[in-house]
Formats: sequence, C-alpha cells, structure tokens
Amino acid sequence: MGEKILMKGSEAIAEAAIRAGAMAFYGYPITPQNETPEYFSRRMPELGRTYLQAESEVAAINMVYGAACTGTRVITTSSSPGISLMQEGFSYIANSDVPCVVVNAMRGGPGLGDIAPAQADYFQATKGGGHGDYHSIVLAPHTVQEQCDMMYDAFDLADKYRIMVVVLVDGLLGQMMEPVEFKDWADVKSYKTPDWATVGQGERSNRNIITSLEILPEDLEKMNLKLQEKYRTIEEIEVRFEEYKMDDAEYVITAFGTTARIAKTSVNMARKEGIRVGIIRPITLYPFPYAVIEKRVNQVKFFFDVEMNAGQMLEDVRLGVNGKKPVYFYGRLGGMVPTAEEIYTAFKKQIGG
Amino acid sequence: MKLIYKAPDTMTEKDTTYCPGCPHGIAHRLISESLEEMNLVKKTVIVWPVGCSVFGYYFIGTDAVEAAHGRACAMATGIKRVHPESFVMTYQGDGDLASIGIAETVHAAARGEKITTIFINNGNYGMTGGQMAPTTLIGQVTTTTPYGRKPEANGFPMHVPEMLATLDGPAYVARAALDSPQHIIQAKKFIQKAFSAQAKRLGFSIVELVSTCPTNWKMTPVESMERARKEVLPVFPIGEFRVIKGVE
Ligand SMILES: Cc1ncc(C[n+]2csc(CCOP(=O)(O)OP(=O)(O)O)c2C)c(N)n1
Repeated sequence: MGEKILMKGSEAIAEAAIRAGAMAFYGYPITPQNETPEYFSRRMPELGRTYLQAESEVAAINMVYGAACTGTRVITTSSSPGISLMQEGFSYIANSDVPCVVVNAMRGGPGLGDIAPAQADYFQATKGGGHGDYHSIVLAPHTVQEQCDMMYDAFDLADKYRIMVVVLVDGLLGQMMEPVEFKDWADVKSYKTPDWATVGQGERSNRNIITSLEILPEDLEKMNLKLQEKYRTIEEIEVRFEEYKMDDAEYVITAFGTTARIAKTSVNMARKEGIRVGIIRPITLYPFPYAVIEKRVNQVKFFFDVEMNAGQMLEDVRLGVNGKKPVYFYGRLGGMVPTAEEIYTAFKKQIGG
Repeated sequence: MKLIYKAPDTMTEKDTTYCPGCPHGIAHRLISESLEEMNLVKKTVIVWPVGCSVFGYYFIGTDAVEAAHGRACAMATGIKRVHPESFVMTYQGDGDLASIGIAETVHAAARGEKITTIFINNGNYGMTGGQMAPTTLIGQVTTTTPYGRKPEANGFPMHVPEMLATLDGPAYVARAALDSPQHIIQAKKFIQKAFSAQAKRLGFSIVELVSTCPTNWKMTPVESMERARKEVLPVFPIGEFRVIKGVE
C-alpha cells in the first residue's frame, strides 16, 4: 500500500487495473467513461503494454477475446450501448473458457438513452446477456476505493476460473473524486504463458485449439455441463456481500453499487429516529448472495429493495426471501439518482411512517 | 515403392468436411506447404471463420482459434498485438470477410496489423446453402437471388483487394485463382509473399483466392472450374494490387 491520492473514479479504475496486471486494453470511446480509455492510452505505452482503440465495440471485444486466448491479462471498458454490442463476444468467451475483465459504467437506457448514471444493465450482466447458458462473475463496487481494490480481484478471479469478470459501475462513481490508496503492483514479470494458450505450438507436444464450437449435441451438452460445474463452484465459494448495521435490524434495505452507498445515509437518518434498519449489499451480483437473504428472513419484518432501474436485482432478492416476508421496491429510472431523503421517505411509507 | 507425392505434414490425417471438388482443400494445401517451407508452422495461430471452413483446425495442424462470424481480423489483431512473435493468419470466406466482417477487415488493413488473411471467394455462402454473397456476380442465381442478382435490388459485387489497395496500411494485397495448375502455382507464390510481409513485420497482407462451389453452383467440379475461368476471373482479375518495398 502507498499513500492516498485524490483521483477521479474513471481514472482510478484504469490505474488500478494497470497495477493489477492489465497487459492489454482494447476499447471504443463512449460517455460517461471516456476518461478511462484515455487514461489507458497514456499509461499503457509508458509501461510497454498494449493499448488499441478499436473500430467498434464489436471489434474491441473480439480483440479482447483474441488476447485472452493467449492467456494475457486483458481488459475493455465501455458503457451500456457499447456493452450491448459486445454480447456476442461475451457468449463466445464464456464457451471458450478464457479470462478477461470488462468494466461497464452503466448509463440510462434503453436505446441511446442518456449519459446519466443507471443500474439498468443488471439483468444483462448477471443472467447472461448473450446467447446460451452462461454466466460471468459480476462485481459491484460502491466507492472509488472499493472499485480500485476490486480490479485486483477481477483479474485474479478471471484467471482462477478462466472466465469473464464484469465490474459493474456507473457514471457517478466515475465522476467522483475520492482519495484512494492503491494495492501493491502485481508482479507482471512472473506471468507465464499458460499451457492452454494459442500462441503457436512451439516446444509443446500438443497443439492448442480454442473454440466454442462442438457440433455434436452430446458433446456440446458435456461442454455445457462442465461450464455449469464451474458456475456451481463459483456460487459455492465466491459469494461476497456487505452487511451494514444488520445485527439488530428489524428492516433491511437491499441495494448495490451507488444506490447502496446512498442508502447508507438513509439508514443513518432512520437510526437517528430510532428505526432499526440495516443494509444487505451484494458485492458479487453473480454469484448472488441468496444465503444471507435467507439467513435474515426471520429476523426482519420486510425487505426494501432500492435500485436505479425498474426492479431487476429485486427478482433475486425475492428468490432469496422466497415469499416469507414482503419485499417492497423503490427505483428511479432513465439516469435519475435517488437522494438519501427520498429513499428514507419511500422506506418510511412502508412502515406506516 | 518410391514416395513421389504426399500431403504436407502439417495437414492432419482427418478426412475433410468439404464437398467433392471443393477448392478449400487446395487452399489448405498451399497454406500448409508455405508454412512448412517458410519454417512458420510452430509459430502459427490460425484464426478460423464461420463458414464451410469452420472446422479448418481439424485439417491444418497448427494452434488455432475459432472466431465468431466475421470477427477473425479483430481476434487476430488481439492475438498479434500481445504476441508479436506469433505468426497470425485468418482464413475467411466472402460472407465472413466481405459482408458481416468487412469493418473488422478494412480496419485491420488500415491499421497495418501484422497479420495475414487468406480470403476464399466462392461467390456465395456455401455453408448455409448457397445464398448471395457480396462477391456474387450480376445475374448469378443463388438461393436468395432466385431471379439472378440484380444491381437495382442487390447492388454490385465487391472487389476487396482493389478496395484495400487504396489504404496505406497493407503491405501486400493480391488476388489469385485455383482453377488451373499454373494459377495454383502462382497462388502459392502470392501466399508466400503475403506470409513474408508478416514475417518481416511490414504490415497487413491479404490474398484473395478465386474459388468455386460445385455443390451450390450445381455444377461438376470441372464445370465449376470452367465457370470460374470464363465468368468469374473477368470480373475478379488475378493481380497484385499493392506490394510495398521489402515484400518478396
Ligand atoms: C452472427 C451469425 N450470423 C449468421 C450465421 C450463419 N452463417 C454461417 S456460415 C454463413 C455464411 C458463410 O459464407 P462464407 O463466409 O462465404 O463462407 P463459405 O461457407 O462459402 O465457405 C452464415 C451466414 C452465423 N453463424 N453467425
């Protein structure tokens, strides 16, 4: 750990990725995260690493796919419309078992929408998005510091499971200036080309082929079952969440990312008035922390889910609650960010306040 | 018995999935021989396309990846930029390269990516049953131009090497044909020049190979070679359209 530096979220995330060992960046400009690729374009050449502005997000993700096939730590960053274009690549990457990191600074949609912060890509990120049965690990930081720490986890998880890791942020986190402290630089000199990588056969006795194609259904089913096995392992050991003031809570707010951060202020307002409410903040959106929701079901009177969308994580909260307690929802749409007061007021309505 | 002719070692023992008389086999052979003669086999990663040659990695025995339809040049770029010492080539059909993947192709060429593309022009989409491709000739009947390709409805055939030759990024841009022994010998020379452009890090290189599709053209292999010679080559002439200094 070094000293604290005041940095904008959208630049800090790039610096963190670089220190975490990102050896290549391929991407295409899109607001609200243009500072991120711009930062990479300055820093990567300084370090002798790869930066390339692709002709589109379609090309960018396929460049990422190519680099991932060589076992190189590779990243792209984009925002919602760009992420939609990348879905084909995500699906191929999933069924090729190659590692990479993708940052989505979500903005208001659907369509061209706007450039304001949103959380409306939750379904797309956590349930697949592209075609076929697949998942990516999805991480949702709620501060600039957490976002920076998470870039190390993102690359480590990607390599550990040979999977795509999505870091889901929004324009608010990107525009925020906060003091951050970076973890130690990853030892990139120690990186070796993995034995499965397609870089030319060289001295290897076998040749490597990376493909998502398996034309016989009985073989493709086996390939799918292996993927599912990987997902079950991830669901078992990689779930992360934060519980905030939950010990004595009678009510729970569920929220992720920026909304969770705002909701912490709402909780403190409530607590000043003697209302015992806490927060469950999923940090991994996939795998989702169903178990902690189940654990708290008997303790609390109801769940109150807050998101900057029309109720997406809400479905996972309900799965965890399984009908045992009411689950209420408050959401803002189209790039509108709720205030702490607004959340508190909406919450109080449910307890009859 | 004396062995006087055999398949290149780089080609596997596997039977190909190609139709009888399909020139994909000739193209595979020329590539394999060239990789061997230029001592590139162990450094090579081939990016295979979606199309009839989607299983190409079963037949040419190098490291390989299988791209999404049209994305081969982007994937090859991704590999080559982080592994410049690898020899990276794409093998693509005319639907894959000139239709769905034209942006990836043009931009890889414009950037002068140090990759090589072998582009098989068979005038239609073979794998999906013979639909119109960007290279389909005016008047040509395909399953989606049942009345023949009409300019007012379907536009005109695309000349990819001629287009790419207007860019500064490519080091070598050529078109060859696979319809006769002389043309095949010439095609191999062009392929080797394209490979040398990459080996010398001079820039992007591409060779279009005018091919045939007996099954979907509904012709015998011999008839389709004759059609290639009489009808296709006048529209898609053999030639070297851009050769920068150092390519040999
Ligand atoms: C995104 C996407 N769209 C469409 C297809 C269906 N498809 C498979 S191969 C092909 C055309 C291939 O034609 P070409 O590139 O000319 O190669 P050929 O089969 O003639 O060798 C199409 C349209 C696909 N696999 N993926």
